[in-house]
Amino acid sequence: MKEILWLGRGGQGAFTAAKLLGAAYTIDSDDKYALAFPSFGPERRGAPVRAFTKLDTKPITDRSQTEKADLIVILDDTLYDPQLSGLLKEGGKIIVNTKGNISGTVSFDAENTAAEFRLPTVNTVMLGLVSGLSAVVTADEAVQAINGYMPEKIRERNINALLKAVGEVSE
Amino acid sequence: MSRKFLSGNEAFAEGIRLARPQVISAYPITPQTIVVERLSEMVEDGSLSAEYVHVESEHSALSCAIGASAAGARAFTATSSQGLLYMAECLYYASGGRFPIVMMNADRSTALPWNIYGDQRDSLSQLDSGWIQAYAENAQEALDLALMSYKIAENKDVSTPFMANLDGFVLTHTYEPVDIPDREQADKFLPPYETDNRIDFENPKNMAFSAGPDTNYIFKFKEHEGVLAARDVIAETEKEFAEIFGRKYTGLVENYLTEDADYILVTLGSIAGLCRETADKLRAEGIKAGVVRIRYMRPFPHREIAEALKNAKAYGVLEKDISFGSEGTVYTNVNSALKKADVNIKGYNFIGGLGGRNISASDIEDIFDGISKGTSNVNFIGIGGDSNG
Repeated sequence: MKEILWLGRGGQGAFTAAKLLGAAYTIDSDDKYALAFPSFGPERRGAPVRAFTKLDTKPITDRSQTEKADLIVILDDTLYDPQLSGLLKEGGKIIVNTKGNISGTVSFDAENTAAEFRLPTVNTVMLGLVSGLSAVVTADEAVQAINGYMPEKIRERNINALLKAVGEVSE
Repeated sequence: MSRKFLSGNEAFAEGIRLARPQVISAYPITPQTIVVERLSEMVEDGSLSAEYVHVESEHSALSCAIGASAAGARAFTATSSQGLLYMAECLYYASGGRFPIVMMNADRSTALPWNIYGDQRDSLSQLDSGWIQAYAENAQEALDLALMSYKIAENKDVSTPFMANLDGFVLTHTYEPVDIPDREQADKFLPPYETDNRIDFENPKNMAFSAGPDTNYIFKFKEHEGVLAARDVIAETEKEFAEIFGRKYTGLVENYLTEDADYILVTLGSIAGLCRETADKLRAEGIKAGVVRIRYMRPFPHREIAEALKNAKAYGVLEKDISFGSEGTVYTNVNSALKKADVNIKGYNFIGGLGGRNISASDIEDIFDGISKGTSNVNFIGIGGDSNG
């Protein structure tokens, strides 16, 4: 099972990205399974939120919160903490949206890419990084998920931002 | 059939759309969940033809559903937590009036301290209200329950309202792939509601009347028999469901590796999957572990539980509930089932997940360890036994 932990702030769309990843993984196959859930509770803008995506080729019955993740995706670098590496599985990666360069992570200026496509949030850019860096989902599957689960008027910009992010980190 | 990535709430709403309720009443404020928002969108976009009534409280939501059902309509409402408690008075009107309303309850904590996270204390406190109570484990089962619930509740021998319980957040707000049946198949499975228990100007009759001491208890006996009749109706309904939709369910309980198990954990709701995974792990280590998932708390699976546990050495009951000053209510019910069947094995109660606290794999391992080695009667996960010993 692959487990992805998303860290963001209320309003940044971390849970939307967690859902899109689950939808993308399962979109083309009846033999793939996913769970996506937020850190539960009342929603508050700006408050730190966690979201989880679990991906597997068999039904996922463990609905508990992820304790060790394959990927930690951080939408806001003020939430980065070196101790997060303790939540990674062996060989796991941390991907951070940041203007700087945080050692031990894949640092990427997602805000710059989002701005290019007039997007107020970086969540689909981060989804593109997950696709490009980990190959848990293909870019095409991620695009299909956006087409299936995002409102029509923002689909195109999100798809373009995602594809640009995939392109920048893929070989 | 189509496959979608949906939350438990949304899956339940899809099941209700297929069940074609004619009246939906809802109070859309916290602790209400998304299920009624999705249904209002379906009514708005015309994919569900129903009268959608925004009411001013949960008490009114169920009152409205009762009125609709008394007019012969198929009625739906949903609630959660304090909302369920606020409608408690009406729960008894619905069951006593034999109105087969379906209600989704998102199982969430009760105040105080204020908290709307997952917890089963809301619905379990209403076991005596005369409603059928089912507990889903995942979003697919939630959708399927939505469709089956009306068929069970509306059966003439049952005529009892149906509360479908989904664990708050862990099920209601968690997204997963769900198969949505075709409308034609759903219509074939569930015909429109027809009843004589309704207001009819051609054939006027007295409804929702008073009954004095000489007859009142006869009505109560019949109400009891109505819920008990659901036992067979649930089995028949699931058989028919499997024939049409291909998904099989296992009645009042779902057993996992119980046949030769020494140590069995009885639980309900969405935590059951982690319990089964832990049983697998323990089996690999040579410990014969098993799991019983209670799917229906009413009618209660007395016989099924006694049958599953009779050859075990010891059992535990894990629930997100405590009846203060006593023990978890599920544990009380399980013990009664075993006593009646002369099954005399050691049993322990494990209280966890209250107020949304995460139950981890290592917690479940500790529970099985407690069952096999012996522990306090009533244990709070992560805290220890209570002062009753």
